[in-house]
Amino acid sequence: MSARAADEAPRLREMHGPSAFAGGWQRFVHLTWTIALTDFRLTYFGSVLGYLWSLVRPFLTFAVLLVVFTQIFNAGKGVPHFAPMLLLGVVLFLFFAEATNSAVSAVVNRESLVRKMQFPRLVIPLSVVLTAALNLAVNLVPVAIFVLASGVEVRATWLLAPIVVLALVAFASGVAMILSSLYVRFRDVAPIWAVVSQVLFYGSAVIYTIDQVPGDWKRLVLANPVASLIQLSRTWVVDPAQGTPAQIMGGAAWGLVPLAVGIAVLALGLWVFNHEAPRIAERL
Amino acid sequence: MSAVETARASVGDGRAPELPVIAIDGLTKTFRLPRHRVSTLKERALHPLRRTVYDELRILQDVSFTVGRGEFFGIVGRNGSGKSTLLKCLAGIYRADAGSIRVAERLVPFIELGVGFNPDLTARDNVLINAVMMGLSPREARNRFDAIVDFAELREFLDLKLKNYSSGMQVRLAFSTMVHTDADVLLIDEVLAVGDAAFQQKCFDVFHDLRDRGRTVVLVTHDMTVVERFCHRAILLDEGRIALVGDPIDVGQRYLQRNFEAPGPLPEPENGDEPGPEPPRVRADIVDVWVQDAVGRRVEAVVHGEELEVHCLYESHEAIDRARLDVWIDSAEDARVFGASTMDWAEPPRAIGVGERLHVRVRLRNPFVDGRWHVGCSLLAGSAGQDIVALDNRAASFVSYGARDVYGLARVEHQLSYDRRPAEGPG
Ligand SMILES: Nc1ncnc2c1ncn2[C@@H]1O[C@H](COP(=O)(O)OP(=O)(O)OP(=O)(O)O)[C@@H](O)[C@H]1O
Ligand SMILES: [Mg+2]
Repeated sequence: MSARAADEAPRLREMHGPSAFAGGWQRFVHLTWTIALTDFRLTYFGSVLGYLWSLVRPFLTFAVLLVVFTQIFNAGKGVPHFAPMLLLGVVLFLFFAEATNSAVSAVVNRESLVRKMQFPRLVIPLSVVLTAALNLAVNLVPVAIFVLASGVEVRATWLLAPIVVLALVAFASGVAMILSSLYVRFRDVAPIWAVVSQVLFYGSAVIYTIDQVPGDWKRLVLANPVASLIQLSRTWVVDPAQGTPAQIMGGAAWGLVPLAVGIAVLALGLWVFNHEAPRIAERL
Repeated sequence: MSAVETARASVGDGRAPELPVIAIDGLTKTFRLPRHRVSTLKERALHPLRRTVYDELRILQDVSFTVGRGEFFGIVGRNGSGKSTLLKCLAGIYRADAGSIRVAERLVPFIELGVGFNPDLTARDNVLINAVMMGLSPREARNRFDAIVDFAELREFLDLKLKNYSSGMQVRLAFSTMVHTDADVLLIDEVLAVGDAAFQQKCFDVFHDLRDRGRTVVLVTHDMTVVERFCHRAILLDEGRIALVGDPIDVGQRYLQRNFEAPGPLPEPENGDEPGPEPPRVRADIVDVWVQDAVGRRVEAVVHGEELEVHCLYESHEAIDRARLDVWIDSAEDARVFGASTMDWAEPPRAIGVGERLHVRVRLRNPFVDGRWHVGCSLLAGSAGQDIVALDNRAASFVSYGARDVYGLARVEHQLSYDRRPAEGPG
């Protein structure tokens, strides 16, 4: 029987159903890019002031925070280059918040696609993160102008800035994978994550600098990859005196902590998503 | 011999193809539905130990079939029989629980046309995006763009947002995109109903063409005319099992039979609860009325063109000497399309005695179009037939099916001819 089947159909290959990756790398890349670009265009180029709108949110947030922390509270007073550091923190954090919060409902929102098209499931959370990253890229241009205008010198370490962005994108992707697959089963992931990202905003040294954090708390704050990456960006782009997370935490070994946390989250994300992917379509 | 003929020849008798491009073996699919759906993390956290109880819904059971290259393969079955689920397993959208699905060629990743279309984007953007979703690279998509648009005949509307397209136009665009990608096997879950007649025809022309080029089509539809006209082979799914594989005509007819086997409740005759006039004195009972086929089985459904017999059984409670027997068949809308009567018999039926049973038969070839038909019958007495002994307007009913190209309610033997006369000169 099996021998007969074999020479009847020499070219047949087994199909294994849906998964996070299967379907060819090329298609994976093309799809992720196309979906992300489409979303990006839909959000910001649908309106006349599209591009400007995409800048309003981070810069308005920044302006309010700047006024509050330099004019009302004294948190920013006396910190050299507080404004560009605050701006960097706000823009990077808002990217993370946008990517992860829109990832929560991403799979569910694309229900018709998921239920009626075969494609690598991972495309969905990744394209959401990519959309946010495109948005970040757009924002980074005026950020660079602002940083220069506020009197920061151009340094060789600016060349390291893309590392920060890439690492942040990777970390956000890990979180996005976890959230988007969990949300299919548990609908309270959305409000929970809204609260968690609020907490992260205050806990990630966005609106203050790390040296305003007392003693050992510094290590706790910097164990969070988002805080560490913001810190790195401030050191590399604005003020070397800020110090890298490793320097602040006390040695290269400590610097591995946020790295390990980041990698663990990414690995967990991949595992969870890969585990859920085959049945995501039918559970929707 | 063209590829079409080869395909037909190899599958003409509904046998499985020698060289399959799709081989499904023992496919089983079960959905597990949690009895108490835990849909929040909070509940999960509050009851970490509570085991979720699942209801198992077996949707596909041991489904096996093969599809040959260049075959036009139909899947039919009643609502909920598992057709879409089968197609989704095949496409790789659902994971099968058991059994194997083996495929030799590239399957189109969609099971419906127009999936992934975004109503807020222009047709131009949608085509490019859809082509990428189908598996083309963005560059290939741009290269084939013109061919896609020309095929759909929608060039003037390219910059219109898709939400302003009619549904038929959307289907054209989607169909055209699908046809222009590289997939060898197309999976289609009821889509053709939306386009207008001309476009449907165009779709089928394309299907023929695709088949000539060795592409394969797996089509889910409820339209038996499509199955019978276009499919080489078909399967009938019934509650997740294959009820019949093979010749599309057989499958189509069996499908229609299945559909009408368990007819819904008939509409109650009106005046049901009205305190109407005094019920007339029962002078004869209509004991039974039924329809049977040529071999004498009672049937609920009759194929158009086949022989059928209507039987009426009366039991008389008094002597009737000048009886008149009528049997008629009405459409669902109460149009009387057929009637048979002893009214004009030179020799009226013999007198009926008290307690005697009368068995009336009418035999005819089913001329009716598809639909439900009602059988009525009456037993009248008196010289002018004004004396109603027994009457039931809807004593029985049956479904007629399989009528094609019938114009009107029934096919009537006729001859159509014409002749021509030269035009009369002016003035
Ligand atoms: N994701 C799912 N979870 C649970 N049950 C499902 C799921 N998808 C389908 N079903 C069930 O499987 C059965 C078959 O559904 P399916 O969509 O395959 O039917 P179908 O043959 O395509 O019907 P139709 O002719 O109406 O399109 C139905 O009873 C449906 O409720
Ligand atoms: Mg269906």
